[in-house]
Amino acid sequence: MPKGIALPHVVARGEVRPVLTWAYRAAAVAFALVMGGLFLAALGYAPLAVYGTMLRGALGSPGMQKETLKLTIPLALTSLGVLLAFKMRFWNIGAEGQFAAGAIAASYFAYFQSHLPPGLLLPAMALAGFLFGGLWGLVPAWFKTRFGTNETLFTLMLNYIVFYLITFLREGPWRDGSGGFAAMPRFPRQARLPEVPFPFVGNLHIGWIVMLVMVAAMFVYLRYTKQGYEITVVGENERTARYAGMPVKRIILRTMFLSAGICGLAGMLQVAGPDRQLTDAVAGGRGFTAVSVVWLARLSPVGCMVVSFLFAALQKGCSMMQTEYRIPASMSDILQGIILFCVLGAEFFLQYRLVIKREVRA
Amino acid sequence: MPDIPAIQLNRLTKCFDKVTACDSIDLTVRRGEILALLGENGSGKTTLTNMLSGIYQPNSGQILLDGKPVRIRSPRDAIRLGIGMIHQHFKLVEVLTARENILLGQAGMLKVKPEDAARGMGLLVDLDRKVYDMSVSEKQAVEILKVLCRGADKLILDEPTAVLTPQEIQNLFDTLRVMRREGKAIIIITHKLEEVMEISDRVSVLRKGVNVGTVSTAETDRFSLTELMVGRPVDLNVRRVEMPPGQALLKVDKLCFTDAAGRRVLEDISFTLKEGEILGVAGVAGSGQKALCEIITGLEKPSSGDVLMDGQPIAGLSPREIIRKGVSMAFIPEDRLGMGLVGGMNIPDNLLLKTYRDQKGFFLRRGPAREQAQRMVERLRIVTPGLNVKIRKLSGGNVQKILLGREIDLSPRVLITAYPVRGLDIGASMTIYDMLNEQKQKGVGILYVGEDLDVLLGLCDRIMVLCAGRMTAIVESQFATKALLGMKMTGLVTDKEDDYA
Repeated sequence: MPKGIALPHVVARGEVRPVLTWAYRAAAVAFALVMGGLFLAALGYAPLAVYGTMLRGALGSPGMQKETLKLTIPLALTSLGVLLAFKMRFWNIGAEGQFAAGAIAASYFAYFQSHLPPGLLLPAMALAGFLFGGLWGLVPAWFKTRFGTNETLFTLMLNYIVFYLITFLREGPWRDGSGGFAAMPRFPRQARLPEVPFPFVGNLHIGWIVMLVMVAAMFVYLRYTKQGYEITVVGENERTARYAGMPVKRIILRTMFLSAGICGLAGMLQVAGPDRQLTDAVAGGRGFTAVSVVWLARLSPVGCMVVSFLFAALQKGCSMMQTEYRIPASMSDILQGIILFCVLGAEFFLQYRLVIKREVRA
Repeated sequence: MPDIPAIQLNRLTKCFDKVTACDSIDLTVRRGEILALLGENGSGKTTLTNMLSGIYQPNSGQILLDGKPVRIRSPRDAIRLGIGMIHQHFKLVEVLTARENILLGQAGMLKVKPEDAARGMGLLVDLDRKVYDMSVSEKQAVEILKVLCRGADKLILDEPTAVLTPQEIQNLFDTLRVMRREGKAIIIITHKLEEVMEISDRVSVLRKGVNVGTVSTAETDRFSLTELMVGRPVDLNVRRVEMPPGQALLKVDKLCFTDAAGRRVLEDISFTLKEGEILGVAGVAGSGQKALCEIITGLEKPSSGDVLMDGQPIAGLSPREIIRKGVSMAFIPEDRLGMGLVGGMNIPDNLLLKTYRDQKGFFLRRGPAREQAQRMVERLRIVTPGLNVKIRKLSGGNVQKILLGREIDLSPRVLITAYPVRGLDIGASMTIYDMLNEQKQKGVGILYVGEDLDVLLGLCDRIMVLCAGRMTAIVESQFATKALLGMKMTGLVTDKEDDYA
């Protein structure tokens, strides 16, 4: 064996103190900004000015803040849904489809049942969104408990079915006859979410209250209820759950229904709130972003909300950067990618440390 | 040169936050010597070996290998320095062959050919068989070969006998003796004093992170070692409490079980467990003990036959349905953290597992469980930094006390226990036996699946022997001998006339 050659290798860490965790994450963000800055500079932009624009775009005025919050709400709710399934170690990556399924069900009421009394229409839409989203999530859960299918693949594949279902509706049955090109009509006034003032920002659709209530409810549900306890046990150790006499299959079905239902409700809030119409871009990748959000939040409901806000600010800032500097959209995707990559990379270094040097002389 | 020890530790210290796991430990191992490292759970044995295998870095002190001071910064460093660690839980890739496991990550760097190492040590391993096809002892042999092929001349074995049958233990010891003859330095960690006496040349005893003494094996005995280890004299006799025979509680009738792979795991098992009785189950590991326990407790469905509790049939019902029937049965499974407890939860949450359902309403009240946990920690002397610690971080004995404590608090009428003292030190084991006897005196019927025949003979009223899924004997333990049980375990005598029951 050649002497003196030490391959760098990784060694697992033990427990990491919370202070260190946050220090690593801050360092990761700083590193990402530097890398992104170099990239911007290479393209001939002034990094600091661009970053300033991003910050202004995300939070610079009440109007900007409002837009950022509008992006936060669906992402936070979707990640709460994903969180519930992940807590049970059920890898639901079908939030995208469940979100869209909820949006479709809500849209049905907006398009075809808008004659319902105003006090009934929106609750019906919300309920429909929750139920249809939930049922969409129940399908992979049922197959998993019945036949042991892999939920990761199953939930992922179901996404595509919903996407094409929306396309089908847009091309055919639900197409807006008045317009020239294929699109679905806008919602009637009574099917749009009411607006409520948000502190310092102005009127914002009622979804923000739903979000806050759901974060609190999720926190309490997971921590202080029997069902939340069951989810933890099934997630940690299914054999022990069975040993303790827990109805494991029922718990899986119930939890997945709730998880997907929350995603469906988020979909309803999106179509009835900012979108005011059903489009094929309704979920817009949130279902996948939510997976990252949940990991970064370390399965904490409040954390999900905070991380969702940061993601939304990043997204909003990037779109401002696009318009102001005419930087192509792909560039802002790259920048977002760099930041995400670094932050998620920091998670790796929180669990392992890299050993490069070797000081042993045998 | 011959006087330089292979491993020498000088005042080695390791602290975790406030806890000092190893406190200025001095230790030497010579070439051609087997040193037994003895100590109760939490005495610092694992920490010490982890420092030698590069998993932890000492806070202070020095490690000298063959007289040279070294720093071992990673397991890789340890291998390079000739230290081979054989963990209790094997680290093998199941879908690869033995040879592939040995070669893994070593491309062209092996010091010894696997064939040569196997032949030299008398290890009978088919190198081209997949690991998942191997028995526990063969896997262990592969682990040993792995470190030998990487050139290890200093071996550390962490409780290597815990998973082996008596015959396999002898084979392992033969291998260790060959390695000793070849001049390797060997540290063996074990709880079993008989094994220490049999295999080691010297014994170092750790207590609470301190090396309380190193003695030559020839000049000591089990009792003085125990006293050194525990810090006070311990009565090593397992007592049987005599009780008048009670009523029949649990009746198992012509039970058969064929597993998913079509293997006959249990065949025609019938017995009755009475109130206030400890019925032992002896047998080589894998003779059907696990299936028997899991069928009785509803985790498995039998292929045929009946299980009756107070005359009520319970075979084939799920644990939930059995609980619903009002049957109070407790089960201490063999793999505590794999089933029975949740490693990632704290003590109160683990106590809630079987009782949370009895709470009314939607919300979970943890108050009573916290009080119960506090009482249990005090009464059973569970060593824990607090109630909120994830139990995965506690030592095996403390984890077992939590499990047993929880099950006993349910005041069961039948208690099924599988290897309840596995991996536990002497002090903790004696506590467990006392707890079982206490339950027996309350009239609880106990099924005790064990491996140590001395304990089975001492503790149980009757012993049933399983061999390859068949019941080869059920005898009163006062009339039984180790030799008889041993023969029945290997199925040598199947003559019904030998039964005493």
